[in-house]
Amino acid sequence: MATIIVVTSGKGGVGKTTTSASFATGLAQRGYRTVVIDFDVGLRNLDLIMGCERRVVYDFVNVINNEANLNQALIRDKRVENLYILPASQTRDKEALTKEGVERVLNELKAGFDYIVCDSPAGIERGALMALYFADQALVVTNPEVSSVRDSDRILGILASKSLRAEQGDEPVKEYLVLARYAPERADRGDMLSVNDVLEILGIPLLGVIPESQTVLQSSNAGVPVILEDSSEAGAAYSDLVDRFLGKDLPHRFTSAQKKGFLQRLFGGS
Amino acid sequence: MGLLDSIFRAPPSKSAALAKERLQIIVTHERGNRRNSPDYLPTLKKELLEVVRKYVPIDQSQIKVHLDREDGCEVLELNITLPEEEQRLAQQRPNGGEA
Repeated sequence: MATIIVVTSGKGGVGKTTTSASFATGLAQRGYRTVVIDFDVGLRNLDLIMGCERRVVYDFVNVINNEANLNQALIRDKRVENLYILPASQTRDKEALTKEGVERVLNELKAGFDYIVCDSPAGIERGALMALYFADQALVVTNPEVSSVRDSDRILGILASKSLRAEQGDEPVKEYLVLARYAPERADRGDMLSVNDVLEILGIPLLGVIPESQTVLQSSNAGVPVILEDSSEAGAAYSDLVDRFLGKDLPHRFTSAQKKGFLQRLFGGS
Repeated sequence: MGLLDSIFRAPPSKSAALAKERLQIIVTHERGNRRNSPDYLPTLKKELLEVVRKYVPIDQSQIKVHLDREDGCEVLELNITLPEEEQRLAQQRPNGGEA
């Protein structure tokens, strides 16, 4: 029976899709059969980040409407075994994601996968609500910045009241914080909310800190999940995050500024 | 990001402390609102309205439901504005003349 994990945030542009792509890739790399679903109907982008945009034939909404079956719509990743992508539809019909339809597709996927990762759209509209409704666990992606933290808190409220688990009075959705775009030097200087500041405000366990890194943009340019760039800090941080999710007790890296030598400070380089 | 900038750093601004303080205030406030208006409140209001309407003709705007929380004690405040006497009589006897 598969575990359903929603990657959510409320605010846009904080790194939900980047996190979904790397998290799902990491789970699959470790041998778990994993599918990552794009819930952003009308603004499909996970396919670009995963580098499979030219292989999209059918999508999530086609499957919901019985215009295609799952085998036709699922895209098998060419780099990592056990990894599948279910792309969002580009339809402009906001009502396309019905609760019954989503439930049916998830139930069908549950039979064949260990993990189902739901990449939520920004906002608190239908797509976002559907992405989190059936979740067992949630990765709340937050940037160390006021509007992102506030929106994350709002999403935590929605997870606690509007999810299926909340409605049925089951054990609540397990929530984890993913702090992305973190710049330790700026936090040390007092210019940016620190890891501890954000933890204190949101009050949920920290799964990983992803440092601000040029590699994230470079890998999205290339359509390669950043976790596959294992020599980069962001890639290593996502690897640790996946291991921690699977129960490994790893210390957090990239949370404090590295001491730079005088020459390094002079000539930059990150 | 000049050369001098990176050698002689700008003095610390500590704007993060301000951000944290503002966030703590707004987040606490918004969480309070969530707790203070449980999901059943709109339904409760609608059903109360239906019961009162059996006896007195009132509309949606004349009933106010408010939940307050003080020192771990919750107070449900219900405020129903009854219509003026004349108005009520007129509504009760739509076919009859003046009373």
